[in-house]
Amino acid sequence: MAEMMYWEAIRRAHDEEMARDPMVICLGEDIGVAGGTYKATKGLYEKYGPLRVIDTPISENGFTGLAIGASFIGVRPIVEIMSVNFAWLAMDQIFNTAAKVRYMSGGQLAAPIVIRSPGGTAHQLGAQHSARMEKVFMGVAGIRVVTPSNPRQAYGLLKSAVRCDDPVFINEHELMYNMKGEVPDQEYFHPLEGSEIARSGTDVTLFGYNISVHWCLKAAEILDKQYGISAEVVDLYALSPLDREGIRRSVAKTHRAVIAEEDEGPVGVGAEIMAIINEECFFDLDAPPVRVHSANVPQPYNHKLEQAAIPDHEDVVNAVLKLFGKS
Amino acid sequence: MKLEDKKRVLREMVLARRFEERCYQAYMERKIGGFLHLYPGQEACCIGVMEAARPGYDYVITGYRDHIHAIKCGADPKEVMAELYGKETGSSKGRGGSMHIFDVKHRFMGGYALVGGPFPLAAGLGKGIQMKGGDEIAICFLGDAANNQGTFHETMNMVALYKLPVLFVCENNHYGIGTAIDRSTAVVDQYKRVCGYGIESAQCDGQDVEVVYEHARRAVDYVRSRKGPYFLELITYRYRGHSMSDSRSYRSREEEEMWKKRDPIFILRDRLIEAGALTQEEFHKLEKEIDDYIENEVVRFAEESPEPDVRDLEKYVLADRETQLPWLTGKVA
Ligand SMILES: Cc1ncc(C[n+]2csc(CCOP(=O)(O)OP(=O)(O)O)c2C)c(N)n1
Repeated sequence: MAEMMYWEAIRRAHDEEMARDPMVICLGEDIGVAGGTYKATKGLYEKYGPLRVIDTPISENGFTGLAIGASFIGVRPIVEIMSVNFAWLAMDQIFNTAAKVRYMSGGQLAAPIVIRSPGGTAHQLGAQHSARMEKVFMGVAGIRVVTPSNPRQAYGLLKSAVRCDDPVFINEHELMYNMKGEVPDQEYFHPLEGSEIARSGTDVTLFGYNISVHWCLKAAEILDKQYGISAEVVDLYALSPLDREGIRRSVAKTHRAVIAEEDEGPVGVGAEIMAIINEECFFDLDAPPVRVHSANVPQPYNHKLEQAAIPDHEDVVNAVLKLFGKS
Repeated sequence: MKLEDKKRVLREMVLARRFEERCYQAYMERKIGGFLHLYPGQEACCIGVMEAARPGYDYVITGYRDHIHAIKCGADPKEVMAELYGKETGSSKGRGGSMHIFDVKHRFMGGYALVGGPFPLAAGLGKGIQMKGGDEIAICFLGDAANNQGTFHETMNMVALYKLPVLFVCENNHYGIGTAIDRSTAVVDQYKRVCGYGIESAQCDGQDVEVVYEHARRAVDYVRSRKGPYFLELITYRYRGHSMSDSRSYRSREEEEMWKKRDPIFILRDRLIEAGALTQEEFHKLEKEIDDYIENEVVRFAEESPEPDVRDLEKYVLADRETQLPWLTGKVA
């Protein structure tokens, strides 16, 4: 198994799927000649040409709609939206068309597109370049939401998403493109549903996805070494549909839950997981579940304010300590 | 247009008119719910353009005023009416309604309720055609007010840039709901608005189906021969309100009467009578025949069809689970 970076894993998935199926295309701003803002499409323009690797104008709603229309008649587009903040501009086409067309056509038409986009707080990018949108996507019927926390998932999820007949939103993270990890040498498909136990434990479950999985893993180590608390980390790489059964199973085992997300808390991923725990595991709980999330502010530019707004592994540790009455 | 084609087109326009008037009645009887946008007055637009194109072969997409476009592409009027009734036999299985008629087997790619929404989708159909290499074209019918959406400009730029085989047909009926075009749009001549994108365009009378046909033929040939996209503006008028809740208080009786003198059905009918190819009696007989067909077959089918089973509420949200299992589980053989 070779190590590769998150962006290399995504690039490899693009390349393999484009080589396999001539109807797979990719499009987005700067993805062709320039090779992609995050290099996820590097070299593909040279290999597959301008008809299949399409540099688009800065028209998010327009080119997303174009991809959807093409997908109606057999094209399998992978759309890169440069930053998830700009996906707001494409909401009409994503939610009003891609997510609904199968239903409102009575199953006659579908939009099997993949939308990849990085979200999250990077380095002082300010409010309009630091948003997360996964909670918005997962709140809408008709579109799948997945979010890779490592290169293996990034590779395998894109492979599965391209072949799936549903629209799939892949939430990546600004800070993760250079993260290294092992990716199987042979072709690998990561499931679009379910969750993974990233670390097994017995005393508390830490739920994370994408970057927050890494806070949870780090927190679990600290909890183990310094406090003798055994934390299980569940990686919810699929946000829609959520793995209710996986959530239930882990909480039934540990009896405690902390949910960590980088997004603002209200109406968030954590709120949804809390609701599931409440519905499915109420009598398994030894303590009320706790959420760790950003402050409810647009991301500030100032570095100190920015760091104060978003959570990290220490917040996860503190949340667990609170659960155990140790803070 | 050959004589026999003119007669067929007249018949299709009468069917379109009577179908829509029957929808009006069914709506008043509360058989049809939701928003209902009717087409009387504009028949020559869709029918004239599609005469020049290849219904059932070229891809067609439009907005919410979509019944007649679907039927002209080949959708069975019975299924369209059943859809308006919300029945399982409807063209979208009762899940779509008036604003979301789909008939993909006839390449009618749908009616969409968001003004301007179909523009980029049409570009995508053009992209798909371009990749597959056939000689189909994509045709996007939308109203004049849709041209003020950002999607119009985003799409015109992209179709020109990528040279996509898309024909845009602007049915300029002078109003976006209750707002007259000169109160919403800086440049009233819509065909001029695409010049900035280097797109060929023309404007013509949308009431005379033969005029529409001649212009559409040039436009369709242009797009089919892969010279680029094309924008055709048809000047027309809708007799009824925008939708059923519209009292038309924003326009004058005189204006409406003036347009009714240029009725697309009467223009063609009178021309055929003058040429000795049709008599007044034959025309009445045609109307009667169509009314009987609509009543005895179309409406009856809709009335007698079953509603969707509530147990199927969540069907069609996502793709069939069984066929998707390899991607959902990651277990690929
Ligand atoms: C995005 C959006 N905004 C507003 C509406 C409400 N609306 C429905 S039809 C319409 C007018 C559109 O007029 P036009 O495009 O000229 O088409 P016509 O109805 O005349 O055929 C409006 C404002 C809508 N459906 N979608």
